[in-house]
Amino acid sequence: MKDFWKSGDPFVWLTGAMLALSLLMVTGLVTLVLVNGLGFFWPRGVERLVLDDGTVVVGEVSEREAIPAPDAPLGTPAEYRLQVKRGNRDVEGSDFLWIDEARIARRERPADVVVLERREWGNFYGEISALRQADRAVATGPAEAWAALEGRLSEALRLHEEIFSIEKGEIGANNHAQERLRLRLRGRELRGARDGAEIDAAHREIASLQAAYQQSVERLTRLRQGQNERLVATIAGGREVEIPLDKIVRAYRPNRMGAFAKAGFYATKLWEFVSADPRESNTEGGVFPAIFGTVMMVMIMSVLVTPLGIVAAVYLREYAKQGPFVSAVRIAVNNLAGVPSIVFGVFGVGFFIYTIGGTVDRWFFPEALPTPTFGTGGILWASLTLALLTVPVVIVATEEGLAAVPRGVREASLALAATKFETTWRVVLPAVLPSILTGLILAMARAAGEVAPLMITGVVKLAPALPLDGFFPFFHFERKFMHLGFHIYDVGFQSPNVDVARPMVYMTTVLLLTIVLFLNLTAILLRNRLRRRLQVSAV
Amino acid sequence: METAVTERGWNFKVKPARQSSEQHSSGAVRGTPAAGAAPRTLIQIRGLGLRYGEKAALEDIDLAIPQRRVTAFIGPSGCGKSTLLRCLNRMNDLVDDVRVTGEILLDGVNIYDRRTDVVALRQRVGMVFQKSNPFPKSIYDNVAYGLRIAGARRKNALDAAVEKSLKSAALWDEVTDRLRASALALSGGQQQRLCIARAIAVEPEVILMDEPCSALDPIATAKVESLIHELSQRYTIVIVTHNMQQAARVSDLTAFLYLGKLVEVGSTEKIFTARDKRETEDYITGRFG
Ligand SMILES: Nc1ncnc2c1ncn2[C@@H]1O[C@H](COP(=O)(O)OP(=O)(O)OP(=O)(O)O)[C@@H](O)[C@H]1O
Ligand SMILES: [Mg+2]
Repeated sequence: MKDFWKSGDPFVWLTGAMLALSLLMVTGLVTLVLVNGLGFFWPRGVERLVLDDGTVVVGEVSEREAIPAPDAPLGTPAEYRLQVKRGNRDVEGSDFLWIDEARIARRERPADVVVLERREWGNFYGEISALRQADRAVATGPAEAWAALEGRLSEALRLHEEIFSIEKGEIGANNHAQERLRLRLRGRELRGARDGAEIDAAHREIASLQAAYQQSVERLTRLRQGQNERLVATIAGGREVEIPLDKIVRAYRPNRMGAFAKAGFYATKLWEFVSADPRESNTEGGVFPAIFGTVMMVMIMSVLVTPLGIVAAVYLREYAKQGPFVSAVRIAVNNLAGVPSIVFGVFGVGFFIYTIGGTVDRWFFPEALPTPTFGTGGILWASLTLALLTVPVVIVATEEGLAAVPRGVREASLALAATKFETTWRVVLPAVLPSILTGLILAMARAAGEVAPLMITGVVKLAPALPLDGFFPFFHFERKFMHLGFHIYDVGFQSPNVDVARPMVYMTTVLLLTIVLFLNLTAILLRNRLRRRLQVSAV
Repeated sequence: METAVTERGWNFKVKPARQSSEQHSSGAVRGTPAAGAAPRTLIQIRGLGLRYGEKAALEDIDLAIPQRRVTAFIGPSGCGKSTLLRCLNRMNDLVDDVRVTGEILLDGVNIYDRRTDVVALRQRVGMVFQKSNPFPKSIYDNVAYGLRIAGARRKNALDAAVEKSLKSAALWDEVTDRLRASALALSGGQQQRLCIARAIAVEPEVILMDEPCSALDPIATAKVESLIHELSQRYTIVIVTHNMQQAARVSDLTAFLYLGKLVEVGSTEKIFTARDKRETEDYITGRFG
C-alpha cells in the first residue's frame, strides 16, 4: 500500500481526473450553447392540434416537458405537456402556449400552412386565402394566393429596401450635412460673428439642403403609396386577418419543404443573422451592428493596451531599480486584475467621460453644447476602460517574457556598442513579441466577453449608426455602439418576450464565442510564426 | 619552430615567437610595428582594483597588453579572470554595486575617466562570450547588428561587411545559402564563430574572449583557435581560458591570476617553461585549480 502511494500513480490519476472534469464542464457548456443555438434557424414543421374541446391550435411544438406533480404518489407515470409557438401575437397577445398532451385529440401537419415572418408582431401561422391590391383581388384561393405572394414578395422587399436606403442614405446624409452647417454657424456665433459672406453662404446651403430634403420626402410618399398590397389570411381560430405585404420579411410553407429547401432556408437565416440589423427590439433579425461594435471595440482596445502594457512592463523590468517599491507596484498591478470590472466602468465614466470627455467638448466642440460629443459614453471611452481593465494581463505576460530573455543576449548587444535603449528596442522586444501576443490574446478574450463596464461607458441596446461609416472623418470614436455581450444580457433578460428571444441568446453566445475564438486563432497563428522565426536554440 | 616542452607528464606546444615575416603576411595590417621591434602597448592597466559590494574581486593589477598580440589570462576558477576582462570594455558597469579603482589606459586615455563615452569605447573593444549568445535573429542580421547600431544603412556596404566578417570567422562556406535563416539553428561551434564574426564586423581594435571554446568539441575548438591565430594579425586579442594547452597554443603573453591578484605575467613560452612563482608552477602542473 505504501509503495502504491510512493509510486506516484494516484497523483497522476488525480491530475488526469481533474483535467477530465474541467474538460467535461467546458465541453458541456459549449455543447449546450451550440445545440440550443444552432438548431434555432432550422425550419420546424408546423402542427395543427385539435383539442378535446374542439379548440384548434396551429404552431411549432418547441418543447415537451413532464408536468410537475409534487402530490402524486411515487411510481405514477408522468404526464407531459407541450409548449407550442403559435405566433400571431397581434391577435393572440402572446406567442407561446402550454398544452397538456392529455387534452390533445388529434395532431396533424397540414401542407398548406404558411409561416410569415413579419416586421412587427412576430411570426404569423395560418392559411392564406387571397392577395389584394388596393381594393381589387389579385388572386383568390390558397394555391393562387401563394403563387402570387411568391411573385410579389421580392418586389415588395425591393421597395422596402429602396425606402430604407432613401431614409438612411439620402435623408441621413442630408441631415448630417445640415447638422454640420448648423454647428459651424453656431461656432461662428459663439465667436461673435453674426453676418458676413460666409454665414450667408451657409444659410443658403442649408436652404438648398432643405429643398432637397423635401424632394426626398415626396419621393418617399410616392413610393409608400405603391405599397398597397395586402394578404388575406386565416389564423387557427378561423379569424380572418389582413397583412400588408410590406410588413412581411419572409414567407414559407415548412410542411412542404424538403431537406434541401430547409438547408437553403437555414443558410439564408444564418446569413441574415450575421449580416442584418436587428428587428423587433433585437429579438429578430441580425446582430451585425453588435458584431461590428464588438470587433471594433476589441481592436481599439488592443491598439491602446499593447503599447501601454509593453512600456509599463519594460520600465518595471528593465529600468526600474528592483526593490521593495517595484515589488509592491508589481503586486498592485497583478491585483488590479481582481478589481470588479464595474469599478473600472465607474472609473471610466468619472475620469474618461466626465473629466477628459467634458474637457474635450469644451475645447473642441463648444458649438454643439449642451449636447455632449465626447462627454458621453462612446466606443473610445469604452475601449479605454477595457484597456485599463486588461492592461495587467499584458504587463504580466510581457514581464515574464522579458525575464526569460537571456542575460547573454543583452550583454552581447551592449558589447557591440548598443545603448540600453537600442538593446531593448532591437533585441529584447523582438524576442519578447510572442509573450506580448500571449498577453494580448488573453486581454482580447477578456475584453470581448466583458459587459458590466461597457453598460455605463457607451454600449447601447440599439445604436442608430455604426462607429465607422462613409461620413468624414469615417471613424466616429464618440459614437455609442452595440456589443454582443450586452446584446445577450439585453435580449435574454430585458426583452419583453423572453421565450421568443431565448434562441437568439444562445445564437449570440455562439457567435461571441466564435469571434473570440477567431481573434485568438489569428493571434496564435501570428505568434507561432514569430516563434518559428525566433526558433529556440538547440544549444 | 615550435618548442615542445615536456614536463611531469604535461606536454605543451608553445606558440612560436612571432617573426617579422609573419607579421607582414597580412595586407590589412594597420600601423605595423617595425620588424622585430617589441610590440607597442595598447592597453595599460595601472593599480586596478574592483569590489563587488564588500567583496574585493581584483586587487592592484598592473599589466601591459601589447598591440596585435594574443594575451591569455589563466588562473583557478573564481580568481577574477572574467572580472578583469570585463573591466576592459566596462561590461562591469552593468552589475549593481561595483566599485573600480585605479586606471586602464587605452592608447593613453583612461577608460574609467568620467568623460569616457562607453559606447565609443565598446566600438573599439569588442567581446566574445563564454556561452555563445547569438540574437534570435537571422545570421545576416546578427552580423550586421553592430554595423546598423553604428549607423550603417547602405545595403551594399552591409552585404560586403557581413561576407567579409563571416569569411574571417571561417563560417562563410557553411552559411552562404542560409544567411536569412535563424542563427539559433546553427550548431554550438557555428554559433560561437558567428559571435566572433559579429564582434569583428564592427572592426574593433581589441577583441576580448571569455573562454570562447569552453562549450565546444575539439574540432570546433581547433577551428576557433586557428581563427584566433589569424585574427591576431590584425586585432589585439585578450583571451580567458581554463585550458592550459590552449593558452600555450594561441597566446603570445600569459598572465596568471590568483585570488584577485596578478601573480605572474610574461611571454607564454616563459610561463610554460620557466615561471618564477610557486603558485604558477602549481597551477600549470595541475596541483590545484
Ligand atoms: N556579479 C557579481 N556579483 C558579486 N560577485 C561577483 C560577481 N561576479 C563575480 N563575482 C565574484 O568575483 C570573483 C571573480 O569572479 P570571476 O567571474 O571574475 O572569476 P573567473 O576567474 O572568471 O572564474 P571562472 O574561471 O570560474 O569563470 C568570484 O569570487 C565571484 O564570486
Ligand atoms: Mg569566468
